[in-house]
Amino acid sequence: MSLPVHGPHAHSSNQLAAMMLQVMLALTPATLYAFWLYGWPAFNVWVLSLVSALFWEALFLKFFAKPVTSHLKDGSALVTAWILALCLPPWAPWWLVIVGTFLAVAMIKQIFGGLGQNVFNPAMAARVMLLIAFPVEMTTWINPEAVTHQAPDFMTGLGVTLDSVTVSDAFTGATLLDEIKNQTAQGKLLSDTLIHQDYQISATLSGHQIGSLGETSALLLLLGGVYLLWKGIITWQAPVGLLLGMALPAFLLHLFQPEAYPGAGFHLLTGGAFLAAFFIVTDPVTAPTTATGRLAFGLGCGLLAWLIRSFGNYPEGLAFAVMLMNAAVPVIDRYFKPRIYGRTSKGDPLPKNRGDAS
Amino acid sequence: MFKKKLRGGVHPSTHKELSNTAKIRRFPLSDRLYVSMQQHLGAPATPVVKVGQTVGKGQLLGASQGAISAPVHAPTSGKITAIAEHTAPHPSGLPVLAVTLEPDGRDQWEENPPVVDPFKLAPEEICTRVGAAGIVGLGGATFPAAVKLGSSLKTGVETLILNGGECEPYLTCDDRLMREHSTAIIQGALLMQQAVQAKNVIIGIEDNKPEALEKMLHAAAGSGIQVASVPSRYPMGSEKQLVQQLTGKEIPARSRAADSGLVVHNVATARAVYQALFENRPLISRIVTLSGQALTHQGNWEVPLGTLASQLINYASGFDATPARLIMGGPMMGIQLPDLHVPVIKGTSGILALTNDEINTREPEPCVRCASCVRACPMGLLPLEMAASIRAGDLEATSKLGLGDCVGCGACSYICPASLPLVHLFNYAKGELAQSHRDAEKRERTKILARRREERLERQAREKEALMAARRAAAAKKAAAEESSS
Repeated sequence: MSLPVHGPHAHSSNQLAAMMLQVMLALTPATLYAFWLYGWPAFNVWVLSLVSALFWEALFLKFFAKPVTSHLKDGSALVTAWILALCLPPWAPWWLVIVGTFLAVAMIKQIFGGLGQNVFNPAMAARVMLLIAFPVEMTTWINPEAVTHQAPDFMTGLGVTLDSVTVSDAFTGATLLDEIKNQTAQGKLLSDTLIHQDYQISATLSGHQIGSLGETSALLLLLGGVYLLWKGIITWQAPVGLLLGMALPAFLLHLFQPEAYPGAGFHLLTGGAFLAAFFIVTDPVTAPTTATGRLAFGLGCGLLAWLIRSFGNYPEGLAFAVMLMNAAVPVIDRYFKPRIYGRTSKGDPLPKNRGDAS
Repeated sequence: MFKKKLRGGVHPSTHKELSNTAKIRRFPLSDRLYVSMQQHLGAPATPVVKVGQTVGKGQLLGASQGAISAPVHAPTSGKITAIAEHTAPHPSGLPVLAVTLEPDGRDQWEENPPVVDPFKLAPEEICTRVGAAGIVGLGGATFPAAVKLGSSLKTGVETLILNGGECEPYLTCDDRLMREHSTAIIQGALLMQQAVQAKNVIIGIEDNKPEALEKMLHAAAGSGIQVASVPSRYPMGSEKQLVQQLTGKEIPARSRAADSGLVVHNVATARAVYQALFENRPLISRIVTLSGQALTHQGNWEVPLGTLASQLINYASGFDATPARLIMGGPMMGIQLPDLHVPVIKGTSGILALTNDEINTREPEPCVRCASCVRACPMGLLPLEMAASIRAGDLEATSKLGLGDCVGCGACSYICPASLPLVHLFNYAKGELAQSHRDAEKRERTKILARRREERLERQAREKEALMAARRAAAAKKAAAEESSS
């Protein structure tokens, strides 16, 4: 006789692979838009990222003597690679992508023990490491305006990705966050800089701005996020926390010093706030487990990112903020625990009910 | 008013439509009944009959043993052919003592004292009769009903809650019972109310059973019993959760419902109380749901206790497909049966034959901390953390995380996208902790015994010393006296 099986004998249809698939589905609109915005080189970055991530995952699973196929099928490497691709410069060269997926999948995830064991968000940690190691390549931004005027054909795109074609200065530009940081540092007025940069809320919403491959379109990312919320794949606490944590201090400081510090809308819509809110701080592995803990985690990420953007050396601070908060997760998990039924929040049994029974 | 409602919970597919449409049918007597002496929580009953003896229907077969136990009665008249061990309806397949009864087909009642109006009985007398009828909690926990009623009477309770939640998927025995025997349930409830001297009675019924709800409302009209609809969410039928939903109260940790002025009984238990007091009929049969896609005919049967599951299925249904898993009870908290050669007992709310598609056969994957289990836990626990600490072997930490508060409902395992065997881990840890607790107690006792022995030896040595000293002193005195006299 086979070993007796413990209940429950019924099971929901929930599956890890299905969850990962939903996340990828939610990322699709913003990704397709990015392909349209940046052309073939962006597509190459995406494909290369996914393929190389699978390669590293398989290689390291083999190293650690784990079943390769079953783990590859869970889709976690693909999600990591996809998000990393969206965080890279749109025309990133092949080696930058491959080093990035190596860092994310092999170093941050597999070496820490594989799926579910990593302390840091693989995509964010990889982005931070790449930014420090390759500051020039990681900040070579492409101007979508230039691409629409002169889109590279497939072969040119391949050349860009293979690093054999030099990207001309006509294609590159600086992100709005970069510009603000540089110009205000030189004592320029914020309003002047924004007018000079032709800053329009509608463009930042739709994503027609300079930035990483897939982080620019707030609306399409929001669409994906709402889909995941609706499907119950993610919960609202971390995203709302992040957006609030960033928007509140930005709003307040902007109120007092409107010419030195941009407001809430600017912070939320430029840079990677929406990508981080719906696809990065919602990564369950590296986030706290309770609802209140996730809210605190999101708030911390938003606040730290805003602090780094406003007072730090880097124009964009989300990746650093997420890594810092990832490190704080065990502490958050320790202090934000749900109250157990029949116990006080300290864990002692509730006082006897006799009093109010009469 | 803002009341505390059930937290968490899950919505498993109910599959109730498989078995809830047809009326309860009476299952005929088999040619042999295996009446188990262990059909309840607590000490097994002791057989009071001999092999070869003829017994009447309802005659005592096994007497209650100890404080928490229940007697067992003959489901029909016939001859005792054996008192031997038989496979228990338990995953272990271990044997328990059972009385084998060959029905004589006459189904003749034992002589019974005439029925008096049970509402004229004293509360203590009702408890005694419920105990003598062998009634146990029929929701599946099988705790002797009289023990619960008696202790509630002693503590004094405010509210009697009848559990008509039946939140387990597939099971419809309580649903059908409420539809077809609502008056008996209400009468039983009133008797139980008198037994515990409760001020009010609330019957909680999940809103996925509208017909039962309507019938019960109708039957309860004018009786002062409140029939309440509760949302359908698993585990609504769990005692603590139902209490929370209906009264807004939480039963404090490590205390019984009675300490909060509450007592909870299943609707089927109320009907058994009715039968015992109005009809002088001990608990000798129960309603069993036969369901699962592997069966040809699903439905509810009133089955004499001791009927073999195999006979029940052969007669009532037959298989459409080879069942992938046989379960006694519901699919959430029910137990796997080793085979069908086991008797129906008082706790058999259902026998399910599930196909491969209905059970979870996926291999466990790594935990990604998605916290679905945290959101599903009705007790506010952190199943993922508990599982991690059990895997790390740190049972002390698991205990601190609230393992003792886990009701074992399985909502966490059900929802887990990684198919982790969470309840399995918790039950393992509960067992280990209980064992280490017993070991510690044993060590403590041994230590006390050793200390006492040491003290005794010391005392004996001291006494011996004192005696020797006294003797020496006496001898010296004597010598001195002799010397002085000489």
